[in-house]
Amino acid sequence: MSSRRRGTTPSTGRSDVPFLVALGVMGGFYVLLIVGMLVADVLSTTPGHLWALLKNRDIRYSIKLSLISCTITAILSVWVAVPLGYLLSRYQFRGKALLDVLLDIPIVLPPLVIGLCLLILFSTPPGRGVQQFVQVTYAIPSVIIAQFAVAAAFAVRTMRVAFDQISPRQEQVALTLGCSRSQAFWRVVLPQARQGVLTAGTVAWARAMGEFGPVLVFSGTTRGYTEVLPTTVFLELSTYSLEGAVAVSVLMVIVALVVLLIVRVYGMGSAPVGGR
Amino acid sequence: MIRVRDLTIRVGSFALEGVSFTVAAGRYAVLMGKTGSGKSTLLEAITGLRPIEAGSVELLGRDVTRLKPADRGVGYVPQDLALFPTMTVREHLAFAQAIRGWDRTPTEQRVAELADLLGIDHLLDRQPQGLSGGEAQRTALGRALSFRPRVLLLDEPLSALDEETREGMYDLLRTVHRETGVTVLHVTHSLTEAKKLGDCIFRLADGKIGEMA
Repeated sequence: MSSRRRGTTPSTGRSDVPFLVALGVMGGFYVLLIVGMLVADVLSTTPGHLWALLKNRDIRYSIKLSLISCTITAILSVWVAVPLGYLLSRYQFRGKALLDVLLDIPIVLPPLVIGLCLLILFSTPPGRGVQQFVQVTYAIPSVIIAQFAVAAAFAVRTMRVAFDQISPRQEQVALTLGCSRSQAFWRVVLPQARQGVLTAGTVAWARAMGEFGPVLVFSGTTRGYTEVLPTTVFLELSTYSLEGAVAVSVLMVIVALVVLLIVRVYGMGSAPVGGR
Repeated sequence: MIRVRDLTIRVGSFALEGVSFTVAAGRYAVLMGKTGSGKSTLLEAITGLRPIEAGSVELLGRDVTRLKPADRGVGYVPQDLALFPTMTVREHLAFAQAIRGWDRTPTEQRVAELADLLGIDHLLDRQPQGLSGGEAQRTALGRALSFRPRVLLLDEPLSALDEETREGMYDLLRTVHRETGVTVLHVTHSLTEAKKLGDCIFRLADGKIGEMA
């Protein structure tokens, strides 16, 4: 029999190195870009500059408002993302496709337009009615609403994927064991979606931290009042203080990194071992 | 007793029409059929998880056709077991009791009783991810039996086990049946399994069901 039969065994002598190098090179450009931006930012400022910033009362207020508003936004986003993500993942209902598209609108619309839409909403009779009790436009609540309007859409997408990855079979078994739909959700599904909830909250928090367009239009740029960190960068740039803008940017990177790292470490510690 | 009358189920283009059969109380019935013949669909219809188009399901003389799965009192072990990844084996065995608001002492007694019956005493604090196929199977069986159902539905429970573990499971299923007196409907495509375990064997083919023995 001929030893030159073709296609009987795959070639084993070929190296995987070119494939891995190609993956590394193709993806590496993006990683380099991020690292390059961060290094350039860090090299453009000094610890003295950062220290001076931290001593500035307005900047300290801006950091505080950013941290508080982003945290409230993240909590509110998870609050709406969990039920919406679960409904979209598990149920078929009339208007589901429309709801799906609707939830993408905050993601695809330019941020400035979101801010404009919010401004118009709160100048309609119902919006003015709300403002008779709580001042929203150009006040602190507007910062949270502007961040929430965009961040929640990302949280909903994250939660839907999280629920999609959990087999509905376990809920079904829980139903046969005596659970109502609600009990099956709270006792069986949500504990499994814990990592997803954490990710959705983190995504919403990070998204809110970077949100500027809607905040600019809906909240204005009042120093020491509706000023969050992106607003500070804008205000520094508008007064031609590039050094100040860079220093605030570095501060934002540090704050974001610290918070994301804490969440990541906490999240890994709380994830079920080998959880599906 | 399980009595299914003129059951019609449609899932996309697949349909089971006019399926009727009865399993007497305390019997161990085996339902056979090829892959895709609708065995699992039929089992899901009895649990109430699969909506039916026509017909009725009676369990222990009670018409449960319109009842929710939670109200049917059926122990169910699906083919993929569907263990809860965030719970220990102990929590699996105590789950149905917690839902029913049992006190701690009777719950602990029931868990100990089941663990002893199924030989999983040493696994009670383990998570499902670390269990072998046979251990996971015993846990799923314990969870299904925990609330003392009078009807137990098993969907290909032994298909993923190796030969040696399977032999052990035959003995265990016989013991469970003998000691609990539960009415069992066991789905499989293995004739050996059916002959070893079944008091009566049904075959599902072309949407129709017939008794073999």
